[in-house]
Amino acid sequence: MIDLQLMALLLTPLLGGLLLAVFGSRSWAAELNSLMSFCTFIAAVVLTMRVIDSGPQVAFNEQFFIDQFNVFLVALTAFVAFTTSLFSRPYMRIEQHHGKLSTQMLHLYYSMYQLFTLAMLTALTSNNMGIIWVAMEAATLTTVLLVSLYRTPASIEAAWKYFILCGVGIALALFGTILLYFAAERVLGEGGTALLWTHLNQVKGGLEPTVLKLAFVFLLVGYGTKIGLVPLHSWLPDAHAEGPTPVSAVLSGLLLNVALCAVMRSKVLVDGSLGTHFAGNLMMGFGLLSVVVAALFLSRQKDIKRMFAYSSIEHMGLVTFAFGMGGPVATFAAMLHMTVHSLTKSAIFFAVGHAVQKAGTQQMENIRGMMQVSPTVGWGLMLGTLAILGMPPFGIFASEFLIITTAMHDYPWTTPILLIALGIAFAAIFGKVQPIVFGETTAHRLPHQPALIPVFAHLLLVLILGLYMPPYLADWYRQAAALLGG
Amino acid sequence: MTYTIQIINMLASMLLLIAFAMLSQRRILSLINLFAWQGLVLSLSTFVVAYSTDQHHLYYSAGLTLLLKVLVLPWLLHRLIRKLNVRWDVETLINIPTTMLVGIGLVIFAFNLAAPISQLSESITRGLIGIALASVLLSLLMMLTRRKAVPQVVGFLAMENGLFFAATSATHGMPLVVELGIALDVLVATFIFGIFFFQIRETFDSLDISNMEKLKDD
Repeated sequence: MIDLQLMALLLTPLLGGLLLAVFGSRSWAAELNSLMSFCTFIAAVVLTMRVIDSGPQVAFNEQFFIDQFNVFLVALTAFVAFTTSLFSRPYMRIEQHHGKLSTQMLHLYYSMYQLFTLAMLTALTSNNMGIIWVAMEAATLTTVLLVSLYRTPASIEAAWKYFILCGVGIALALFGTILLYFAAERVLGEGGTALLWTHLNQVKGGLEPTVLKLAFVFLLVGYGTKIGLVPLHSWLPDAHAEGPTPVSAVLSGLLLNVALCAVMRSKVLVDGSLGTHFAGNLMMGFGLLSVVVAALFLSRQKDIKRMFAYSSIEHMGLVTFAFGMGGPVATFAAMLHMTVHSLTKSAIFFAVGHAVQKAGTQQMENIRGMMQVSPTVGWGLMLGTLAILGMPPFGIFASEFLIITTAMHDYPWTTPILLIALGIAFAAIFGKVQPIVFGETTAHRLPHQPALIPVFAHLLLVLILGLYMPPYLADWYRQAAALLGG
Repeated sequence: MTYTIQIINMLASMLLLIAFAMLSQRRILSLINLFAWQGLVLSLSTFVVAYSTDQHHLYYSAGLTLLLKVLVLPWLLHRLIRKLNVRWDVETLINIPTTMLVGIGLVIFAFNLAAPISQLSESITRGLIGIALASVLLSLLMMLTRRKAVPQVVGFLAMENGLFFAATSATHGMPLVVELGIALDVLVATFIFGIFFFQIRETFDSLDISNMEKLKDD
């Protein structure tokens, strides 16, 4: 039964990718894309219910493993992938209307969009550390041509940088995986089971600590490149700013989470083997550095998508920091933050996408008065910005509050650093978004009705999570935190 | 048994030598040929390890390496440089001696890093993890020092060779399903790199990456 449910989850985007590879240039390709994403979302919901009811499961000869931790990311990934496909339908048509994209480019986009979803879901559900690596690399390969979709010099440069840097990063992660396999082989023997996470998790106390330590450094640096941790982040703002907005939304909202999930899987093993806080300290260091550096870079940005890309680095740094602290509260907060950040950041990118289309530029000084031309875009952008800056009553306030109070209790010296960085980020982003939303307008009308339902749907969810967390959801997160050794 | 160890050691040193040769090679055509030779050495060493340890799945890995890294990828690259008309291109590399010295430093670093791990291994090829890590780092250095797209990609693929060598020397190879997945990723990546070469050339009129330094935070 679980085999079937998992197969539905993975085969739907695969089928979608194949169908769109054939029919991607038809006029109804956008609807087909949304339909396939919707089916994937339904499959994810079914799988999630199953895991919540009956606990962690293995499937397909133990090649796949689903527990409360990764199933929450599966549900989130499938949901945001679906809403982004709804957003991209009018967005990409407007881009085509403006002459920025041709039908062949859209064909490539739709097909790759589905395959990218497949790669992320495989990376999340795989039990095999080697296959996780293969799927992470596949996620880069499917998005790299989407970053250069506009074929402008800047977009090609961004895509090349993304490809080379993530390629090098992921190669280091492969070396880490090889070291992990080397340590595992001595305990579990040769063959297929020595890379299966569930088996590794059972024997983690017996894994050679020196090897695991080195392996974790390579894995963190490798997958950390994908998460966008400073100083490995330099591909991220370029790729987000130059690629089409739906791609920025899924890269920022989803791919970074998937990479972090791979790091967390490794961290559980390393903690078990070492019995020290080595992995946590490393993650806290990288996390804190990312929060501070990203906050400092925020005020210097002129391009709106680039600015929100730096904001993603900041938030992923915060999540990495919280996971690094460990403990039930911090881990719970980190997962909550991953959820609300994904929802809010993708909502912001949707609103930004339409604002940029209306203004005809990504330069913030030339985007003015969104509230006049389109109150919905204006409100979406304003509320999204307030949410991402951690204003109550949105969910990010709750998760940031939990992270900072835990930090205050366990690592008091980090609190002022975090608070100052969040303050700088607030001043930088709010100061720049405010005139974009209010002020005199220069924008023009769009040829297609923009899709703003996803924006408000996401923001509503974030608001609900901030005001009231349903007990079963809190329970679910708590169980997941316990699985991560929190 | 002693002969096989000696053969593997010799092949490993050849691998490292080729990595250094690639670091200093200025002609694109020779660089691709060096890459093919590296693949051949890798395939041979995998074959010898398979023979001496009687690991059957390693025969498949050796065959896969031969097919992918000696035949398909070099053929693809040759085809690409012919189509792009950069077959006889010579890159001006500044400071080859300095690069070489940095390379030697990296080798020493890699050997030091790998030493505690090598001592744990019972495998006959345990001394080679350091060499594998060294060739990964040398390829990384090569990617950093090159200003042109094709040599950067050759560096990327050579890095994958070093990783593969690490997997066979430290652990008798990863499980076959993982190796197949990695091979597929590398193949797809090479195709996408090919597409990129044309996009870069069309947009920038050359394959020189130093033209692409517009995206910066000021």
